[in-house]
Amino acid sequence: MNKKPKTVYEEFQAKGHSRRDFLKFCTMTAAFLGLEYSAVGKVVKALENKPRPAVIWLHFQECTCCSESFIRSSHPLVADIVLDKISLDYTETLMAAAGHQAEKSLQDTMAKFKGEYILLVEGSIPTDANGAYCCIGGKSAMQIVEEVAEGAKAVIAWGNCASSGCVQAANPNPTGAKPVHKVISGKPVINVQGCPPIAEVMAAVVVHILVFDTIPQLDGLGRPKEFYSRRVHDTCYRRPNYDAGLFVNSFDDENARKGYCLYKMGCRGPVTYNACGVTKWNNGVSFPIQSGHPCIGCSEANFWDNGPFYQHLPSFPGFGIETTADEIGVGLGLVTVAGIAAHAITTNVRKRRALFGKRVDDSNVDISKE
Amino acid sequence: MTQVRKLYVWQLPVRFYHWNNAICIVALCLTGFLIGKPIALQTAAEASSSYWFGIIRFTHFVFAFLFFFNFMFRTFWGFVGNDYARWYHFIPLKKKQWREIVQVLKIDILQATGKPIESVGHNSLAGFTYFITFLFFTLQSFTGFALYADMSTSWFPHLFAWISPILGGDLLTRQIHHILMWGFIIFAIIHVYLVFYHDYAEKRGVTSSMIGGWKFIEEEKETEK
Ligand code: HEM
Ligand code: SF4
Repeated sequence: MNKKPKTVYEEFQAKGHSRRDFLKFCTMTAAFLGLEYSAVGKVVKALENKPRPAVIWLHFQECTCCSESFIRSSHPLVADIVLDKISLDYTETLMAAAGHQAEKSLQDTMAKFKGEYILLVEGSIPTDANGAYCCIGGKSAMQIVEEVAEGAKAVIAWGNCASSGCVQAANPNPTGAKPVHKVISGKPVINVQGCPPIAEVMAAVVVHILVFDTIPQLDGLGRPKEFYSRRVHDTCYRRPNYDAGLFVNSFDDENARKGYCLYKMGCRGPVTYNACGVTKWNNGVSFPIQSGHPCIGCSEANFWDNGPFYQHLPSFPGFGIETTADEIGVGLGLVTVAGIAAHAITTNVRKRRALFGKRVDDSNVDISKE
Repeated sequence: MTQVRKLYVWQLPVRFYHWNNAICIVALCLTGFLIGKPIALQTAAEASSSYWFGIIRFTHFVFAFLFFFNFMFRTFWGFVGNDYARWYHFIPLKKKQWREIVQVLKIDILQATGKPIESVGHNSLAGFTYFITFLFFTLQSFTGFALYADMSTSWFPHLFAWISPILGGDLLTRQIHHILMWGFIIFAIIHVYLVFYHDYAEKRGVTSSMIGGWKFIEEEKETEK
């Protein structure tokens, strides 16, 4: 067990992939990371020389869609790089070990690669009832994540659950579900947002850490800027229709067939930061808007609580489920106008005397300037 | 004998600010409303032949900048302008101002007859209301520029880029921005009505005072005969 860990490239070769495949992968990843072409060499070099990093992948309150997305990434090597090449030493859904064996392998990895391993977390962490809502091997998710994050070189939160709580944290959040960055402290957490995140984005973030030995630059909400600095709206191919004011008004109208903008169908593209419009999904086949469905904003915090998904304005908290700020605004406006009418009438009745009783006689007025 | 005193109350910069602001708010509410709820066109047009929604947004942003810097200018004038324009008329820190607020409420809303209001510029209630609208202006500009930051490469909007993360993202920022529009609309309705009402009830010429600057204060002249 003491021999030098293989480099990523050596693992590639051992798996029977050609050098050509390897270079293709490096080029693609460099492109995803937004590096210039000359930096491809850097990626190649890093993957050729650096030992594969140890990775611990924890699963808490989640639906495994992040893992599902990941293993369906376009380039087979993308999934390989983490699942095989970057050794996945512990992941509940994919590892072979079980029970005490599995827990032991977790402890071993933590001890052996202290300060070296990358922690990937999928799922939110319940904090109510002392974390009793999610326990693995006799420990609560809260305990586990704190323990494992302690010795991690970097912490990546996969998906909306781990980044902002997703559906578990939606109102009324019965288990007190929290994202990773609210549970651990003293370590930057990379929020790879989305429900699920795009597979290529997930892989590229890991490669970034591998190549540069630093975490990527993050935006105000902890998302890597490489992938989350632009709104879906800014890279949407339907955008010219938006600017031209050509909107779909119902899912089966002529405008929908023409592929007009889905803004009026509740598209959250204008407030959602993600790479869907560029990277797309399933090997670049499509993304929700291209398939005729408005963006639901799955890479934004609280997107579940900003429904209904099929109208532009979210419902106003505390009112009926489809009551929007506009309806309330119109209501208040009418009340205001009614109040004004009542006021105008009473003014004329009650202040009759004051209004019409005393008239300033012009001849008696001395207009002086001060 | 009754005497009407002519007083120069609103200086030109204040009047300039006021009408600039009014135009901006009307334009921003109209364009903002359309951005929030674009009219439904059922056409066979190609996107390349039209840009009306882009123009609506562009107009919104132009007036947004005007609105913001106009507001900044008024804030500055609140420290250097004449007495009527000064900031302390807007924030009721003195007992006297609170007393006047109660008095105005009694006379204007409950319509009691009483001593006329002493203040010549804004009465204390009006001043305080404007202070609240200034808070609205601030919030609206902040949320607006926060949304604008990511559509712009210029440095200025990026000064506001920290706002969205505090609100958890653009979703809430945008909703707040939208809801506040209704605050502006309702304020405008009440504001215009009350100006007319005061003109009618007090006859001091408030309406025209914001055009020419002069108010006419009626008072009893003591001796002189
Ligand atoms: C009187 C002041 C203003 C009013 C009443 C107003 C109103 C609105 C409304 C109703 C919307 C539509 C929101 C929605 O999507 O439902 C909007 C959008 C917007 N407003 Fe304003 N706004 C005002 C001032 C400003 C200012 C000062 C800025 C600063 C730049 C600004 C920037 C924006 C931006 C960036 C959008 C989003 C446009 C888009 O995504 O296409 N607004 N505004
Ligand atoms: S479909 Fe959505 S993201 Fe695309 S242009 Fe329209 S509003 Fe923007």
